Amino acid sequence: MTLPTQQLEAGKMPKIDLAVRGALWFGPIKGSGKPSEKGAAAAKSALKGGLSARGQQLKGQLVDVFVAKGKIMALAPAGSLDLRAAKEIDASGLVLLPSLTDVHVHLREPGQEYKEDIASGLGAAAHGGFANLMCMANTRPVNDTASVTEFMLEQARKGWPHGPRLFPIGALTKGLKGQELAPMAELAAAGCKAMSNDGRPVENSELFRRAMEYASDLGMIVIDHCEDPYLAPAAGMNEGEVSSRLGLPAQPDVAEAIQVARDVLLAEYLNVPVHLAHISCEKSVALIRFAKARGVDVTAETCPHYLTLTEDEAAGYSAAAKVSPPLRTRADVDALIDALAEGVVDMLATDHAPHAAHEKEVEFDAAPCGISGLDTALSATWELVRAGRLPFDAFVRAWTTAPCGRFALPVNTFAPGDPADFVLFDQDAAWTVSAQTMHSKSKNTPLLGRSLRGRVAAHFLAGKMVIGGLVSGV
Amino acid sequence: MQWKHKDLLDISQLTADEVRHILATAAYFREINSRPVKKVPTLKGRSVVLFFAEPSTRTKTSFDMAGKRLSADTFALAKSSSSLVKGETLKDTALTLQAMNPDGIVIRHGSSGAAQFLAERLECSVINAGDGRHAHPTQALLDALTFSRRWKGDFAGKTVLILGDIAHSRVARSNVLLLTLLGARVRLCAPRTLLPPRLDAWPVEVFCDLAKACQGVDAVMCLRLQLERQQAGLLPDLREYARTFGLCETHLHEAAPGCCILHPGPINRGVEIGSALADSAESLILEQVENGVAVRMALLFLYLTRKSPDATESGIPA
Repeated sequence: MTLPTQQLEAGKMPKIDLAVRGALWFGPIKGSGKPSEKGAAAAKSALKGGLSARGQQLKGQLVDVFVAKGKIMALAPAGSLDLRAAKEIDASGLVLLPSLTDVHVHLREPGQEYKEDIASGLGAAAHGGFANLMCMANTRPVNDTASVTEFMLEQARKGWPHGPRLFPIGALTKGLKGQELAPMAELAAAGCKAMSNDGRPVENSELFRRAMEYASDLGMIVIDHCEDPYLAPAAGMNEGEVSSRLGLPAQPDVAEAIQVARDVLLAEYLNVPVHLAHISCEKSVALIRFAKARGVDVTAETCPHYLTLTEDEAAGYSAAAKVSPPLRTRADVDALIDALAEGVVDMLATDHAPHAAHEKEVEFDAAPCGISGLDTALSATWELVRAGRLPFDAFVRAWTTAPCGRFALPVNTFAPGDPADFVLFDQDAAWTVSAQTMHSKSKNTPLLGRSLRGRVAAHFLAGKMVIGGLVSGV
Repeated sequence: MQWKHKDLLDISQLTADEVRHILATAAYFREINSRPVKKVPTLKGRSVVLFFAEPSTRTKTSFDMAGKRLSADTFALAKSSSSLVKGETLKDTALTLQAMNPDGIVIRHGSSGAAQFLAERLECSVINAGDGRHAHPTQALLDALTFSRRWKGDFAGKTVLILGDIAHSRVARSNVLLLTLLGARVRLCAPRTLLPPRLDAWPVEVFCDLAKACQGVDAVMCLRLQLERQQAGLLPDLREYARTFGLCETHLHEAAPGCCILHPGPINRGVEIGSALADSAESLILEQVENGVAVRMALLFLYLTRKSPDATESGIPA
């Protein structure tokens, strides 16, 4: 268990604000020997659900979580610590997960509040199980000055004062135009956590090199949207069998992979870090593997839709499936899941890209790229864990420790002193994705109308319940 | 045959029997078109909107004439005159048209999938007159009628070469589907830059050498080369294209006896087809135009009377 017993014995325990009892936990309990009998029973009941990871049974046990002053005090086998708290939560039947972190969202404020605003985006994040969001700079105006960054942070404080927390990403170039460097020192000082030209890839490799160098002096990591604009004149559709049949303009996966190669080679040459956004294909995975083997300081993210959907989604010219980079093939999906399990692709992010219904209900050509992802990300990716495709520890790493480690964000590993950000997840709750069940302002997802398993029953941020209609006290 | 389809979006919706029924119906209307009085009252009181969001003269005129010869009222809505230029979305245009209660809408649009987009939102029949690079089923059907007359209905064992800009061609896509459905073999010939990706999934043989591609073929279908392909970097210039991929008489020496030439038009003389060849006896280009009216009459008839019980009493083959 994580609680130092000496402290307990010495009676030095601070007042316990919150106890969450009887949750099902699939991770390790540091310092404990073997799971308690109760835990073993829970593991058994979990097995009934067919849970497995890579052929191994996913082992869970029942635990209690104790929180004081917004921080984790202990995670212990259920009933093993005789402690009472001011607030008691009965979590029986619910899975305990650390809150997720999403390093790639578009919240559209300022400028396009009809798609999303910071409050509605944070609301979708709270319901979706996210503690930390990093929002991209392609707002109107672009986040290339301190005043825009400060405005974003202020809107977040007003909208959701107890979190989820917002960490803006500054523009890499002024106006995202790819011509001049943005004032990165000013942006970093105002609170930006990284720099990116996401949505408008920097085609000038010399400028991109200088941007990486300049950002690294500030301790800022550059996040690149990898896409060769000449090889990818048409966004949102993969070049392949489906595009060929449908007669849709499309882009090949090498349009992404070539920029991945550029970025990792530059990162190695300059000895600077780089983070690759929304990796969508096997070729990119191979290049990232190559770079990591050479010791390049590269991290990469992929998104739930690249792990669960293929180019076939576009078969009926459904613009909901139009996203940049495009959905690829089954072979790419499999390669990405394996890469995530292995850690070659480090983390998950949603690339939450809300668009209004009227913008998507047009000809495929005319529709903007993007999928609204915050509402469905946890359920969609947890399904991979249930199916045994993604180990639990890889799931936790991809959604928490990897992104938080890379971008220096608060993270809960359930060690004493960690921020008490966690989710109680009802993994069997079936729900239909619809305009009513989504909290984002925009419902643009190919999952609309489909049913998913697993919903956030309660969400605690810094020990405070921000979402919790579905749990009860003890 | 009781017609069951509401819309004609793509050849992939049709069975071989349905295609033969369309061709038989078209053959009947072709006969009417040879009479001194070419108008029949079949679709009297019905209205057809011709919604052409992309420039088109021949297809639009063909549909207009087909509708009028069946006594339907036709209404043209061109992009230049329509609210599309005022920024109205396709959805709003569709809803506006729906509110006028037409019996059918013929749509030509630059975006692949536009016809399906409309069909999903409208109660009336939607006939695809060309959507982006995707499909041009009425062109494929008029080509099939042309072949059928030439080959007395027998497509088995016949080989058709489709030559030119396949990548951007809805005519090629629809013809590959239809010719295969009717039992013919299809060859494609173009520089690789003008071929779609992943042709291994298509039921075709691919050639980059025109002379070889022509060996033993029963027909060559030339496609129009859009001049902007040169600016897009897909070919060096028209001169080189004409020399390597322009069809001329010498190519036909190795073709099967009686090999015919088709072209959906409008033709670029001296580019994809030699000027003399276009005017030769092997050229069926003008017959295609004639068959186009008959096929579109057949389609308007079948789709617009699909629910009507008295359709079989009109003397038109059931």
